[in-house]
Amino acid sequence: MLDGLFDARRWEITLSSMGPFWDGFFFTLQVTVAGLAISLVLGTVLGIFSTTRSRVLRAVSRVYVEFFQNTPLPVQVFFYYMAGPRVLQAILGAPSPVRISSFAIGAVGVGLYHAAYISEVIRTGIESVPRGQMEAALSQGFSRPQAYAYIILPQTFKVILPPLCNQALNLVKNTSVLALIAGGDLMYNADNFVSTYGYLQGYIMACVLYFIICFPLALLVQWLERRSKRRPRAKSIPGITPAPETAKEA
Amino acid sequence: MADTMIEIKGLNKYFGDLHVLKDVNLTVKRGEKVVIIGPSGSGKSTLIRCMDYLEEPTTGEVIIDGTPLTKKNHLEMARKYSSMVFQQFNLYPNMTVLKNLTLAPVKLQKKSKEEATKTALAALRRVGLEQKAGEYPQNLSGGQQQRVAIARAMCTKQPIILFDEPTSALDPEMIQEVLDVMVELARDNITMICVTHEMNFAKQVADRVLFMDDGQILEEGTPEHFFTNPQNPRCKDFLNKILH
Repeated sequence: MLDGLFDARRWEITLSSMGPFWDGFFFTLQVTVAGLAISLVLGTVLGIFSTTRSRVLRAVSRVYVEFFQNTPLPVQVFFYYMAGPRVLQAILGAPSPVRISSFAIGAVGVGLYHAAYISEVIRTGIESVPRGQMEAALSQGFSRPQAYAYIILPQTFKVILPPLCNQALNLVKNTSVLALIAGGDLMYNADNFVSTYGYLQGYIMACVLYFIICFPLALLVQWLERRSKRRPRAKSIPGITPAPETAKEA
Repeated sequence: MADTMIEIKGLNKYFGDLHVLKDVNLTVKRGEKVVIIGPSGSGKSTLIRCMDYLEEPTTGEVIIDGTPLTKKNHLEMARKYSSMVFQQFNLYPNMTVLKNLTLAPVKLQKKSKEEATKTALAALRRVGLEQKAGEYPQNLSGGQQQRVAIARAMCTKQPIILFDEPTSALDPEMIQEVLDVMVELARDNITMICVTHEMNFAKQVADRVLFMDDGQILEEGTPEHFFTNPQNPRCKDFLNKILH
């Protein structure tokens, strides 16, 4: 079967039937974007919960994180797939189980799963900000939510952006779990191709397309890491501060 | 009583089992400059932090200008009355010096950006750092950072400024520049409470010096009194160590 990998005719056929691959590629991209949005919002909220003084909120965050980090993503997705329609039926009072699109299952699946990891990233980011920052904010009269919004969270960006992009990268790869429930994503369509033609080229093309999404993210992580170590340069304020000395650092 | 700015009544503070402040009573007049001295662990920082509600009193009251500080009103009171200068400066490192000074006036006091900038630049001029307005805190020396922190406290124009060991984290050669700024600031009619060991600063500006040990105010008087004629043996001992 491996000989087939070097068969020019098979490559030709594969490359001329890329339609479903691209469909899957864009579907995967959509699931990624939606999943990322869910995980960022939920992860930030849970991350903030875990650093508040409220024991209840801390406990909520902890239980969530431990549950989602310590159970496999495929099991979670199977559960949404099987139980989701019945849960919705019960909630909405519908006469029969409510069909859920694979897009929704995928977005919610990876969204909830990565929210747990992102929550941990946000928590460590917040904990990296010295306590004196909150005290300075409080002593100026900022409320805690204001202090988080104006002072604490902006300071965490440098620290959390690289691991956050790493999570985005893992999230892209994890959308492939949708193939298990006939999701119409890149992996599912590639697998379809392979089982129809028996050509392993299909998997290689899937790898190439995943790589196209992930590699720029990996480069972004590296760039952000380098950037986070740089010292900030003074801003020039016309009429007050001296003009910035250009090329000083070069 | 209109002349009373801060009144502390029967203040007790526990950290777990540790009794840090023991039934402290204190009245500070409007515009008074008070210096608090004492060995570390004596409760002086906790006392000043209670005045800003960064520590919640276990029992007793802190009354600012006639209004007792409570869990509910302390932010509003902090906006209106007091700001704090910290040992570790606590400037916001992700903002320029100018932004550090204008954030609270713009967001909390609803000043226009132009007005806040004008006030901020005037404050920076006073501490001699107008040129550094566009700089980020980490590119400044410790002394410069603390002067910026003092300018930040000035910008919100509250009548009380609390200093919690403002020169303790500084290299010796930078202490004077910060003290100079504080002495200059003391000419204003603001109420200053300062935890410090700088007795020369106390001599120059303090109306009153308090000596604290073991969670209590053991002796109080003018700076001259402390230089010439301290009574309490622990206070004498302490002054001998820091003045010698």
